[in-house]
Amino acid sequence: MAVDTAPTPAPVKLSGRPSVRTLKLAEAIFIPVFALVISALVFSVFLLFLGQSPIDFFSLIWIGGFGSSFSWQQSLQRAAPLILAGLAFAIPARIGLTMIGAEGALVLGGFGAAAIAIPLVTYAVPPLLTLPLMALTAMAVGGVWIGITGWLKHYRGVNETIASLLLSYIAIAIMNFFVEGLLRDPASANKPSTLPIGEAYRIGAMPGTSVHWGLAAGIVLAIVLHILMTRTTFGFAARMTGGNARASQAQGLPVGYLVVTCCVVAGACAGLAGFFEVAAIHGQANASLVAGYGFTGILISFLARHNALAVVPVAILFGAIAAAGGLIQRRMGMPDATVLVLQGIIFVVLLTSESLYGRIKFFQPGPVGERT
Amino acid sequence: MNEGALVTVLIAMLGGAIRVSTPFMFVALGECLTEKSGRINLGLEGNLVLGAMVAYGVSYLSGNPWLGVLAAGSSGLILGAMHGYICKLPKVNDIAVGIAMMSFGTGIAFFFGKPYIQPTAPRLDSIPLGDWTGNSALAQALQVNPLFFVGIALALAMSWAFANTKWGLIVRMTGDSAASARAMGVSVDLVRFLATSAGGFLAGIGGAFLSLYYPGSWNEGLSSGQGLMAVALVIFARWDPIRCIWAALLFGAAGAIGPALQSVGITSGYYFFNAAPYILTLFIMIASARSKAAARDVPGELSITK
Amino acid sequence: MSANSFNRRAFLKAGAAGVAASALPLNFAKAQTPVVLGAVYVGPRDDFGWNQAHAVSMEILKSLPNVSVIEEENVPETDAVSQSMESMINLDGANLILATSFGYYNPFVVDLAKKYPDVQFRHAAPLWNEASDPANAGSYFPYLNQAHYVNGVAAGLSSSGKIGFVAAKPIPSVLSNINSVLLGAKSVNPDATVQVIFTGEWSLPVREAEATNALVDAGAEVITCHVDSPKVVIETAEGRGVKTCGHNASQAPLAPTGFITGAEYKWETIYAGYASALAAGEPLPNFMIGGYNNDMLRNTAYGAGATTEAIAAADAAIAAMVAGEPIYKGMLKDNQGNVVVDKDYDNYDPYLDGMNWLLEGVQGSIT
Repeated sequence: MAVDTAPTPAPVKLSGRPSVRTLKLAEAIFIPVFALVISALVFSVFLLFLGQSPIDFFSLIWIGGFGSSFSWQQSLQRAAPLILAGLAFAIPARIGLTMIGAEGALVLGGFGAAAIAIPLVTYAVPPLLTLPLMALTAMAVGGVWIGITGWLKHYRGVNETIASLLLSYIAIAIMNFFVEGLLRDPASANKPSTLPIGEAYRIGAMPGTSVHWGLAAGIVLAIVLHILMTRTTFGFAARMTGGNARASQAQGLPVGYLVVTCCVVAGACAGLAGFFEVAAIHGQANASLVAGYGFTGILISFLARHNALAVVPVAILFGAIAAAGGLIQRRMGMPDATVLVLQGIIFVVLLTSESLYGRIKFFQPGPVGERT
Repeated sequence: MNEGALVTVLIAMLGGAIRVSTPFMFVALGECLTEKSGRINLGLEGNLVLGAMVAYGVSYLSGNPWLGVLAAGSSGLILGAMHGYICKLPKVNDIAVGIAMMSFGTGIAFFFGKPYIQPTAPRLDSIPLGDWTGNSALAQALQVNPLFFVGIALALAMSWAFANTKWGLIVRMTGDSAASARAMGVSVDLVRFLATSAGGFLAGIGGAFLSLYYPGSWNEGLSSGQGLMAVALVIFARWDPIRCIWAALLFGAAGAIGPALQSVGITSGYYFFNAAPYILTLFIMIASARSKAAARDVPGELSITK
Repeated sequence: MSANSFNRRAFLKAGAAGVAASALPLNFAKAQTPVVLGAVYVGPRDDFGWNQAHAVSMEILKSLPNVSVIEEENVPETDAVSQSMESMINLDGANLILATSFGYYNPFVVDLAKKYPDVQFRHAAPLWNEASDPANAGSYFPYLNQAHYVNGVAAGLSSSGKIGFVAAKPIPSVLSNINSVLLGAKSVNPDATVQVIFTGEWSLPVREAEATNALVDAGAEVITCHVDSPKVVIETAEGRGVKTCGHNASQAPLAPTGFITGAEYKWETIYAGYASALAAGEPLPNFMIGGYNNDMLRNTAYGAGATTEAIAAADAAIAAMVAGEPIYKGMLKDNQGNVVVDKDYDNYDPYLDGMNWLLEGVQGSIT
């Protein structure tokens, strides 16, 4: 899983050839774009087989996803939780963990934020104090939830993939138990929810847009975590552990600390996504928090090759496809599952294209004559 | 809880174990085979859902549920073969491809499954093993579908084959050390391709059980993650086919606790009782991890445990 | 709920027609303005239940010359729904939105109605509040518990009175159906009881089947339910050889031997009302609720499981409700022993919208 932990060869400048760094970048852009084109072709065959027009389909994807500023805002709004969920998978992935429990951390984080808001809102603590406290609670709850999995993995040898999946189901049960019991707002009769935080405490949209602040938080976190994982000793040690945990331990790296910290950071990302769902979208916690963002985040992270920065554009692409999905249903009369099929094809083809890295001669450093 | 209530809950758990466990069994056995060969296919949820849809559709159109079972297996085989083929390409991550195949299989199933939500298809029959008891609940609990026995027989056969046949040895060797398998002249890619395809076939059969026997109809919420959970059970069962059966039975029995407790009047906290299978699995895992046996059973080539 | 209740009483006084139109800006006043209707469903349109009932009834609107209908299914109760609705408005020019799932209303429908005052929003649950909610929003809802009462009457006379109920979540609209089944059964069979099992989810087929089996094992002779897609419950119960009563849409074909009757919405009454208002260029009513008294409900045609006397009693119960006979008549205690119904309540009394109790005779608890 450690995608690019291999040491990068020192840049060699050959006459008449772009630098190794440029070539690597070109390769990293060309291959996914090529894969997307292939996915589109495969899906076009599927559409033709069904007697539908691929041209109509893809122009609708464009209109619904990117065709206007309205469409852009829809795509970005849908991308916001996906960025944070993608980061929640990417960070543990860099240290070699397959942590699929972001859904649970998101749900419980959102619930924690809504729960802490109940006394704060009741005693009219100002929003400027309440919202950060809610965000911190959400991050702490999410961090602890995934952190437990990391701790169990390192210190008790419990497989983190199953443990995080199980903890997700348990998290949803905990949220439901409280939302429908102890912390239920009596006024939320037919949709059991916690007490609404109220308009004054809702996070609005970013100025000039209808996109909530979760997008900005996601992008900032992506940059910060990218720097953390690529430019700091911590990140270097973490990636080394991801490459070979036993060797890293033998080298004296604090593997347990690294593992648990990465998991806590991941959980905090997911918890923050839950906070924005509560503070920007629902205004309270209820079963609608279970929306599957955590699971979509897994694939986004894989497609971004667990690179925190790359998570952002991938999440936006999937936000756009989801946003356009409605348009496809409405204009072409195709079922909602159409988008699932398209996503499935894109996932499979993009992951298959991983095998092209290092195999297209054009992108390999070497004499010009070797080009094909 | 008085004695009568306890008996009711226990009978319900027995019935639940038999009714609910079969799909878990098939997916877990399929995954066990795949993982023994050193590859992990997290995408069997997709095979399960697609299998359920295909089985229902074929049974409805042909009037023969067993044909549906076969078709479900074939659809699973195709998805498994795709996974197997893609993963033998260099640098491709099998976990990621599994999740992608899950989304692809589910999407295809939902897309083509719309027309089959409504109709009622012919379903698989069961064997009444409990009629002699004279107790209707017990008789119902012991209504057993033949696939349940197929699953158990398969587990025994796999367990025996892993230990005693050349094929079993080849699969295990491929899973433990690709290098030594290659040294013996075994084509690692081919073994894993076949193991993944066969595993996909079994998971498809599990789907047929869902739609054609219990609960016995096709809709989009039918699986709700059972395939994913079954894959997890393999790690829980430490790659032993027999233990996969026990894990599936335990999981099925735990799933019956929630409704059964409510039926005898214990109603508070049903969210936690409904989550009992997950909580139970987690505790058993924590308790049993770290044992030497657990470490010994892991196929050495598995990317998930490295 | 006080403003809401004022509105509702006014509506009830207004009488039988079931249409409470308020003075709205006449958005559809010019009959030539084409109506683009956007319908949003929470699940698949062919789920044999809630969503299908809506989608089928929507056909009446599609047949109008001046109306085009666009539909989206499987839209979750997250900001996805506000995005879908907004996209319908901005990209498809929708000027009437029908949001058919309970959780769509707050905050999504309310916020969008404020943002797009020229677009009409109607939501399928009695939630619109004249005092606080935008005038271009509104509610429509048939009180299905009346039809469940009829289920109870028929079930009480088609069995010895042990009824099992598979329920999704302990929320008022579900509790009211459970209590109404009990009251219906008790009205003809004083010993009748209802045992309830909550699954905790709107659609979880395996647990629904398990719950059905558990109820039958506990002695239930009739099974009914309130989940999104009742197909699994009805088929499982039929397989166990017990009788069944349906929910949401007709499940009669699923249970050829045990089906008694079923509670069905008649959304087409409401949608036809909208259609004729649109055709005449009149404003849509903000608040439309009803039941048997204004043709918003029906019971599925009696199946082989219904006895002759059950059919007669059920038909009589329907006739009584058409005449305004209340279901909840004091005094009634909940199954904890507290008096929860101290007088006769009208079938649309807002007090009943907030019920959080199960009546004496129901085995089960809401926590």
